[in-house]
Amino acid sequence: MRLQLVTTHDPQPDYLDLPLLQPLAEWTHSGLVEFPIGVHRHVVRFVESEHGLFALKELPGRLADREFALLRHLAEENLPVVEVLGVISERDSDLDDILITRHLEFSLPFRFLFTRSGISSLRESLVDSIAVLLAQLHLAGFFWGDCSLSNTLFRRDAGALAAWVVDTETGELHDQLTPGQRELDLDIAQMNIFGGLLDLEASGRLPPDIDPVEVVESLTRRYGQLWEELTAEQSVEVAQRHLIDARLARLNELGFDTAEVSITTGGSGPQIQFRPAVVEVGHHVRELERLTGLRMLENQARRMLNDIRSYGAWLAKRDGHDQPEAVVAYRWLNEIFEPAIETIPQELRDRRSPGELFHEILLHRDALQSKLQADVSVQAASADYALESLPSSMRERSLIEGD
Amino acid sequence: MATITLEKINKVYPNGFHAIHDLDLDIADTEFLVLVGPSGCGKSTALRMVAGLEEITNGEMRIGDRIVNEVEPKDRDIAMVFQNYALYPHMSVYDNIGFALKLAKTPKDETDRRIREAARILELDEQLDRKPAQLSGGQRQRVAMGRAIVRQPAAFLMDEPLSNLDAKLRVQMRAEIASLQRELGVTTVYVTHDQVEAMTMGDRVAVLKDGFLQQVDTPQNLYDRPQNVFVAAFIGSPSMNLFEGTLTLDSSGQGGSLTLGSQAISIPSEVLAARPALAAYDGQPLIYGIRPEDMEDASLDSRPDDQCIHGEVSLVEALGAEILVHFGVDAAPVDSGDPDAVVELGDTAVVVGRFNPRSRIRLRDSAKVAVHAERLSFFDSSTRLAIWD
Repeated sequence: MRLQLVTTHDPQPDYLDLPLLQPLAEWTHSGLVEFPIGVHRHVVRFVESEHGLFALKELPGRLADREFALLRHLAEENLPVVEVLGVISERDSDLDDILITRHLEFSLPFRFLFTRSGISSLRESLVDSIAVLLAQLHLAGFFWGDCSLSNTLFRRDAGALAAWVVDTETGELHDQLTPGQRELDLDIAQMNIFGGLLDLEASGRLPPDIDPVEVVESLTRRYGQLWEELTAEQSVEVAQRHLIDARLARLNELGFDTAEVSITTGGSGPQIQFRPAVVEVGHHVRELERLTGLRMLENQARRMLNDIRSYGAWLAKRDGHDQPEAVVAYRWLNEIFEPAIETIPQELRDRRSPGELFHEILLHRDALQSKLQADVSVQAASADYALESLPSSMRERSLIEGD
Repeated sequence: MATITLEKINKVYPNGFHAIHDLDLDIADTEFLVLVGPSGCGKSTALRMVAGLEEITNGEMRIGDRIVNEVEPKDRDIAMVFQNYALYPHMSVYDNIGFALKLAKTPKDETDRRIREAARILELDEQLDRKPAQLSGGQRQRVAMGRAIVRQPAAFLMDEPLSNLDAKLRVQMRAEIASLQRELGVTTVYVTHDQVEAMTMGDRVAVLKDGFLQQVDTPQNLYDRPQNVFVAAFIGSPSMNLFEGTLTLDSSGQGGSLTLGSQAISIPSEVLAARPALAAYDGQPLIYGIRPEDMEDASLDSRPDDQCIHGEVSLVEALGAEILVHFGVDAAPVDSGDPDAVVELGDTAVVVGRFNPRSRIRLRDSAKVAVHAERLSFFDSSTRLAIWD
């Protein structure tokens, strides 16, 4: 038997304690967790240890090696994929290899979005999150080939959803995707998502107000709009160069940074041809990380940056002078963010990720202020949120069936 | 239904890599054509160009009478059949087959007709109300096929659709796909790296290497009359045994012999009579090949001693109806150019013979092996092209 493991900062379970010489389907190990994983071609089991929850997938060696390499590459490109930890091979002549990934903490399988009360508002952003994910992957030259609800995990992102790739068995990396490849990938996504929603409907779990046809048609629309915004060539008058700035600002607002633009002028003509050349998602993520060291999701980061700016304005008013951005961010981290999170009892912190906790604390503060018609500090809002709201929320760190 | 024509098709990537060179293929209406070759040969690239997933650098691609170089994939009337069809556990077989038509807003009665027709062809009529969990592995694959069939495309394109299946199901499914394709009569282009799959499924097989078409022919012709060393070695399992040797004609010019390291094989006069071009190789080195089934344990064969060779047995694989005997000879092995093949180094070639199971040859025996010299294949050493005339 051979274990090929990625060295990570976070600890991993001792794989040698697992019954690796038995078919995965026959395991009866005490750490096994049943998990709602949807439709899969291969046997997938989950193992819980003191170091977290791990997904183990049994598949032929050639495919396991390929997926291992692809997931590592995509992670290096900062694309939202599950963390791959290793491959176990040469188990027995009759047994396939096992690919190990770390379960994405605080992720919501799609079935939960449709079957749990209290999160119905998130369904609306499901299509947006998949459109953004596909656009991200396509910009990076990755043809997924099997985008589906089952192959995607979703995380709360400040009132919206962010989507993660779980399964890349059919994926292909290219320098650049052709329009035909993108179109086919979108076509496969449409078909798979439509099938996934019809399957939910057949199981009686699809809310009646959701029309699967409308959902997939909106995916095509959203993806098309996003791709156009991200890549289309734009022609502007020399005197209207501000339109280029406006386009870049719109891209930032969508969460994308433009690292390089292509501008060509037509000789003596008054027109400028402009096209974003290198576009990368995570504009607000990187900005927040630069200022505070915190690594959050895009909308969470955007929300925190807004809060940092508000805090800076409040400080300037109180002290009578502006503070440098870095100082404001440092003070916000120490005086606002960390105290707010530390107010949440340890036993409730598995309900939401820190970024989402902070977002919900701010929402709670807004509601309190509105109700009391008075200013409420973030820390006070956090204490009230921990007492009144959070205990009734689901434990989302590692959702398991039956929760 | 449609013909598919590739005329002088080239694919050059922006980094300068020339993936396909002047590919000419005429795929007939209703034909099942398999593209086969080792890793990096260009077979998937060629298929993707037919599908519209890769742009064509130059050349002309036609589906039916229409030039499709610039036509969007969705407008080509083709169906890519993938390995990744998931079945939905709560939906019936009927719905699993037909749900795509709902998305395409196909009228209900037409949808129903197509689903039932597909189910009849796939012999799933009795299973239409069942859920996937109640089906066998093969039936599930057929449901997935049904999803492509109901779209009624002019052509199916399949890129290694069986590669994710276990060996047993793969064998079963390749027979089912081949038989289904014949019943449907839909032009099909199928990509595989597995030459056994190619030979058992295709009406014709196109062998590619390094982006060049090596040969396109019926499976039997590829096997019996390979055009070059690469095709000779690539088609057939176990592979053709290839050696470099020198041909020496006898004084009458009617017979001759071939060297095999320190040994020699007598060449009957009828072989030379059938291939007069061999006369030009008198005293010259050439490459020649022996299929495993064209050898036999000499104790079970009446050939004269000068058509027998000797070697030490390194492996005996008893397969029931036959045995595969691996033995070494002191001749330099020939590299066929297959990047996926294990290349033997040194001056000893391992020869594989497919013998009658009554053979009593054992491991480490010094075996005497009869060679059916009339079945030898010959190739030019420098061009590596076959000498058939």
